[in-house]
Amino acid sequence: MAISEAIVLPQETSEARLERTWGRPRGFWGWFMNVHHTAIGVRFMVTSFIFFLLGGVLAAMMRFQLSRPENNAIGPDLYNQIFTVHGSTMIFLFAVPMMFQGFGVYVVPLICGTRNIAFPRLNAFSYYIYVVGGLLLWVGLFLKTGADAGWFSYVPLSGPEFTPGKRSDFWAQMITFTEVSALGVAICLATTILRQRAPGMTLNRMPVILWEKLVISFMVIFAMPAVMVVSSMLLMDRTVNTQFFNPANGGDVLLYQHLFWFFGHPEVYIIFLPGATIVSTLVPVFSRRHIFGYTAIITSVVATGFLGFGVWVHHMFATGIPQMSASFFTAATLMIVIPTAVQFYCWIATIWNGRLQLKLPMLWVFGFFFVFLIGGLSGVMLASVPVDWQVHDTFFVVAHFHYVLIGGALFPMFAGLYYWIPKMTGRMMNDLLGKIHFWLFFIGFNLTFFTMHFLGLRGMPRRVYTYPAEMDWGGLNMLASIGAIFMTAGLLVFMVNFFQSKATGKLAGRDPWKAGTLDWAVPSPPPAYNFLELPTVNGREALWDAAPNQPIVTGVRDDIPEVLITNSLDSEPQHKEELPGASIWPFLTSITVSIAFIWSIFSPWGIAYGAIPVVVTLIGWLWPRGHSPSPRQSVLEGKWTR
Amino acid sequence: MDQVRERPVLDVSGLPSVAFGKSNTTWLGNVFYMMIEGTMFALLFASYFYLRTRTDSWPPVQDPPLLTYGVINGIVFLLSLIPARYAQKVAPTGDRGRIRLALAGLAMFAIVNMIVRGFELANLNCRWYDNAYGSIIWSLIGLHTGHLITEFIETVSILGIAFTPKMEGTRLADAAINSDYWYFVVVTAVLMDFIIYGTTRFL
Repeated sequence: MAISEAIVLPQETSEARLERTWGRPRGFWGWFMNVHHTAIGVRFMVTSFIFFLLGGVLAAMMRFQLSRPENNAIGPDLYNQIFTVHGSTMIFLFAVPMMFQGFGVYVVPLICGTRNIAFPRLNAFSYYIYVVGGLLLWVGLFLKTGADAGWFSYVPLSGPEFTPGKRSDFWAQMITFTEVSALGVAICLATTILRQRAPGMTLNRMPVILWEKLVISFMVIFAMPAVMVVSSMLLMDRTVNTQFFNPANGGDVLLYQHLFWFFGHPEVYIIFLPGATIVSTLVPVFSRRHIFGYTAIITSVVATGFLGFGVWVHHMFATGIPQMSASFFTAATLMIVIPTAVQFYCWIATIWNGRLQLKLPMLWVFGFFFVFLIGGLSGVMLASVPVDWQVHDTFFVVAHFHYVLIGGALFPMFAGLYYWIPKMTGRMMNDLLGKIHFWLFFIGFNLTFFTMHFLGLRGMPRRVYTYPAEMDWGGLNMLASIGAIFMTAGLLVFMVNFFQSKATGKLAGRDPWKAGTLDWAVPSPPPAYNFLELPTVNGREALWDAAPNQPIVTGVRDDIPEVLITNSLDSEPQHKEELPGASIWPFLTSITVSIAFIWSIFSPWGIAYGAIPVVVTLIGWLWPRGHSPSPRQSVLEGKWTR
Repeated sequence: MDQVRERPVLDVSGLPSVAFGKSNTTWLGNVFYMMIEGTMFALLFASYFYLRTRTDSWPPVQDPPLLTYGVINGIVFLLSLIPARYAQKVAPTGDRGRIRLALAGLAMFAIVNMIVRGFELANLNCRWYDNAYGSIIWSLIGLHTGHLITEFIETVSILGIAFTPKMEGTRLADAAINSDYWYFVVVTAVLMDFIIYGTTRFL
């Protein structure tokens, strides 16, 4: 006898549907197909941190070589490669990918209150292409083809006459890879910030971090093309005999410097502003109040974005430019101090009027204040042409830019890592180990680089592999090298802390810092769909300012990867958009693009032939697959299409 | 969540799922892309004028590029705005027949542009390795030709999609955005023509 039973299927919850829609692809290939911003953001951070460690190893080698006079441990040829690859790695493979791409890709969509970044496949592509660029530089070094003309590879030294072989070509194409990556991410971030903010997060309520990421994205968009143009010119001078930088044939070596620094100085702010971003985010959290001078800070950041493009010639004071130009660029350089100082005073005022909690991330913020201030002050000295001439190409400049870059990027980076790692891993970092890390690094850093000011003033030039004993630079160099040991020890403590806390650290929970931005409204680590309930926003600190029954957004589909699109100014909901899902094509495209770029180092036809597989993979990437589960409605006339 | 909660909601279920024009995110991404490429062109233009200051005569030794093909291509580029604009107008209607017509027309113009570009290259009266002048002229026209070919491939790809039922929703918006990129190719072509064929004659 047949028994008939009513089978009651459990109603699938919204949570389960979201998990099915947004869930990460599994398996080996699944790793290459993942396009979610949290995964790609973490990858940017981990990869750039590895490059940071590699660059650090080179730095340690340099400090070892210079620790005593007439040291022969490293020869001049290898030393040239080491300082070039160190600088190139730290700028192109660590600072920008970590501070702009890594933090930006991970936190911006969360703070916007959306489920993924705009153009997620472009974002994933940007990651792979960056990895290949980094490998190119480092494989070159291991094959004794390491770039050796300095991180800016000035012509004529890097040109075909003085650097035969492939060293400069590897460097030039590494630039192309990393800049394509940064540009791709800039497009993704700017679009996310302008179009995917939660309803209610008007421009006037946008957290400072989003404002700064937006400004930086625009800086990347306008600055990075310059270095791509100039590195391509260098590559063409070397491979197809163009004459851009050959004075004998109408070319000009200073054209290289102009184009390079038109990128290079904004680049400093592309590295520093993300640091300032982190500081502006952390200071209110650990002062337990809204940021002081919101409008002043935003205005300063925007002003920095503009002024950053008007100071590039101060890198060229020693090239014999006309005095009028030198005066103009001195003035512009001094002027850029103003917006930075405004930000400083706003941070101080926030702390002054708040209830300071000196937790671990905030300790690093104070480290930033101290170190970056010194770097800024030596920058004011260097902006003056007579001083610049005197100390040009000495260790004084090395000291200055390490204070600016380590102060402006590395200290805020560690602040940011201690702050967001609990969000990423779900576990708190150990406080004591974190403090040991800080003090080792802080003392070591100042020992190494403050000393270099004096070395520079005593005339020790940059980029020398050794020096005679009678110059009397040995003692200070030894002191600087001892500082490097402290820094290395600090980094080891950090890594022990990271792995230990990732395994056994205290559970962080949703919001361990009681912060105000939306990234702390989601579980730690965030689920694949970020927000179970899409938020609306009532103030600049979304969580602090939320009404007792702050509305949530409903009506965004959970059976397809759909996000809500809002308008740029007022964050009014406009329409919904299905984002592209997981795909292997961005990875495959990065492979074909890499083949074309690398091929072009060896033959100009590489670009032509290499373009064919690029086109094939791009069509594979963009070709629509399948149907949407239901018809889409067009914004025009409410027309339904399939 | 078994607990029934009373919470105010902002219901967006009635909002459309495809947008044309400025509110489309791909439109915005495309604008950023054009800003990047536009900066590249601007920097090459600046390099051109910078290199001009490094020599006494311009072109240094060669004759200026032959005007004929440059002018012809300039006119073809301007005429191509017609199918580009038409594609942008018909895309939101979803009328696949007319979209195919517009895109095929645009692709034909791109083919003519590429053929005439070949004649332009043959009549520049300089080679990229002659001197810095030749290098910058070839770089400018090379960068633009790269854009022309890219845009041709993009147009043909969208035309291919227009022959399938997948030409719906966001693809229609893509077809319209494709025209924006074509406008960019035309504007840069006209500026570049002015530099390559104009300024070499009077600078």
